[in-house]
Amino acid sequence: MALLSGGEALIRALHDEGVELIFGYPGGAALHIYDAIFTQDKVDHILVRHEQAATHAADGYARATGKPGVVLVTSGPGATNAITGIATAFMDSIPMIVISGQVTRDAIGSDAFQETDMIGVSRPIVKHSFMVQNAQDIPEIVKKAFYIATTGRPGPVVIDIPKDVTDPNVKFEYSYPESVKIRSYSPPTKGHSGQIKKAVDILLSAKRPIIYSGGGVVIGGGSELLTALAHKLGCPVTNTLMGLGAFPGTDKQFVGMLGMHGTYEANMAMHESDVILAVGARFDDRVTNTDISKFCPDATILHIDIDPAAISKTVTAHVPIVGPVIPVLKEMLDLVEAGKNKIDREAQKVWWERIEQWRARKCLEVKPAEGEVIKPQQVIQALYEVTKGDAYVTSDVGQHQMFAAQHYLFDKPRRWINSGGLGTMGFGLPAAMGVQLAFPEATVACVTGEGSIQMNIQELATCTQCALPIKIVNLNNQSLGMVRQWQDMQYGGRHSHSTYADSLPDFVKLAEAYGHVGIRIEKLSELKSKMAEAFAIKDRLVFLDIAVDPTEHVYPMAVRGGAMSEMYLSKTERT
Amino acid sequence: MRRIISILMENQPGALSRVVGLFSQRNYNIHSLTVAPTDDETLSRLTLTTDGDDRKIEQIVKHLNKLVDVAKLVDLTEGSHIERELMLVKVKATGAQRAEVKRVADIFRGDVVDITPTMYTIQLTGTSEKLDGFLAALAGTPILEVVRSGVSGIARGEKVLSL
Ligand SMILES: Cc1ncc(C[n+]2csc(CCOP(=O)(O)OP(=O)(O)O)c2C)c(N)n1
Ligand SMILES: [Mg+2]
Repeated sequence: MALLSGGEALIRALHDEGVELIFGYPGGAALHIYDAIFTQDKVDHILVRHEQAATHAADGYARATGKPGVVLVTSGPGATNAITGIATAFMDSIPMIVISGQVTRDAIGSDAFQETDMIGVSRPIVKHSFMVQNAQDIPEIVKKAFYIATTGRPGPVVIDIPKDVTDPNVKFEYSYPESVKIRSYSPPTKGHSGQIKKAVDILLSAKRPIIYSGGGVVIGGGSELLTALAHKLGCPVTNTLMGLGAFPGTDKQFVGMLGMHGTYEANMAMHESDVILAVGARFDDRVTNTDISKFCPDATILHIDIDPAAISKTVTAHVPIVGPVIPVLKEMLDLVEAGKNKIDREAQKVWWERIEQWRARKCLEVKPAEGEVIKPQQVIQALYEVTKGDAYVTSDVGQHQMFAAQHYLFDKPRRWINSGGLGTMGFGLPAAMGVQLAFPEATVACVTGEGSIQMNIQELATCTQCALPIKIVNLNNQSLGMVRQWQDMQYGGRHSHSTYADSLPDFVKLAEAYGHVGIRIEKLSELKSKMAEAFAIKDRLVFLDIAVDPTEHVYPMAVRGGAMSEMYLSKTERT
Repeated sequence: MRRIISILMENQPGALSRVVGLFSQRNYNIHSLTVAPTDDETLSRLTLTTDGDDRKIEQIVKHLNKLVDVAKLVDLTEGSHIERELMLVKVKATGAQRAEVKRVADIFRGDVVDITPTMYTIQLTGTSEKLDGFLAALAGTPILEVVRSGVSGIARGEKVLSL
């Protein structure tokens, strides 16, 4: 047993928990902890340039690796700057530990310098939080925090530590607990066998079944099982924005993403289905549209989720199954195998014929623009070709995000990294840093817009310091494109505060100022070659600033308040 | 429909604010709330009344269960149960009113727990409905102050909410 201070104990506990990397930014209340970091070499620390970026970087790291991301910030402004990133992780169920410094215990509540009630401010956006009252409690609290963040439906956990608790002069005997038990917290470990059997019986007798799989399948590591189950059933599969890659994007059973900007065939197949198997998806309003009464009128809904509160929250499940995806899907797979001759192949054939008709509409086909003008979709297609579909793609929020989700076909889980639930602009670049740090050899592309990238542009400096060879693909439409699209469609084309063409920075020079490579692309004929040139540079960050058609809209787009079958398919067509 | 939800939770700082925060965050109502440690000092029992249809109550129960500090809970209104609320009322009691107030208190089995020459303080326990009834019966008597504890409850029979 070693005698350690609170600050040392914290870092040691992170190491004992298997943490190799943390993201943070120092300040007064965290300085004892930073000193403890300085005197060891087991836990690496990445200095970001804004605390929001620390949370997104940890988040990207977590999404790509499946391991929890760890953040360290100081009290007050450091803590509040982390809030957006915590909310982002919370909405997408990402395991994250956020350690925030706090003023000394005797100063709490006195409106001390840089005092913010972090436990209070973060309360609605964390899975749980701890305020450390004694240094001796640090090992157990760290253990509990990781346990809570990573089990059940994962989520962010805040540990708020008053400065005097980390005092280097106050030492205690450190030992790290091997396990913890929290009597009031017991996440489910398997599904209810009776319910699973019931669900399989319904699936086997379905005439028009569809699998609707979400982020829970990615997070729960259920991709392989889901793929096997889908192949055994032979039914169409659609993924949510969060679930892309959970089922291979190039598989012929894949009908594309569903929802607001989902494919025609995915949304039609949902609407016309008689059985929906929802796995790790939460019937979010971006999927169901706003009027639940019109949602998939003929469908019997089988819903698997680890979070009971996600079931029947908006859409009532006929067969709810609460449990982790892996054991539940395993059990289903065995039952489907045993009963597979009950599958109505005749009905399935008819079902697929209809789906093929919907597919034939080629809803994502891009009509090339005049001359050398680049369509944003063409950029994503070029990216897909140049990276052979095997890159980690992080994204910001807006039209570019939807184009990436539609046109980059993800064959593996944990490759598509975006803020689905909160829709946080500024997520893309720091998330890419987290991914690149986790996988230094991997190709990491950040698909962004000139709006979003400016929300965390300062991280270009972190990329310089850490020599991160990220490829930034900026779909520059000189506007807050998604906002503008809504204004075109719903506000008579009044572009209230969504354009700024006359004040955009020169992104090439900007990248160069940070020590990176900047490449501007304006001509369609140069798109692929310059893209390839950028990705051939393996050891530098390259900022690709690509001028795209600013008038382009994302289609399909759900008709507000309509059924899933109601979509705009272009500026002039609707279903 | 009115519901009484009784929660067994860790007696930890922050636990109460998480429960209360959940209600405001998700736009649920709290009509009354009472909380105190149980015979086991590490646990608190919190009882609250709220309203909503079955769907809403199901969501409330699920979200409460998700809170890490919440160990167990029960919707007492689902089965037969005993509910009690305590009320202290200060009323003006002078002249002929003095006898009348005492008479009403007796009918409701209230106790006069403090007196001054011009006032009574009456203590009453029972269901919330009974307490409401008592206040209604006092109509015409100037009520100076009302303090209600909020509802506590326990299931009838052998059902027990414990770890
Ligand atoms: C932090 C934040 N603020 C505002 C929004 C609302 N919003 C959604 S998309 C969008 C426009 C994004 O512009 P850009 O990054 O250029 O992407 P584009 O849509 O043009 O591809 C805005 C403002 C948001 N999602 N996040
Ligand atoms: Mg833009």
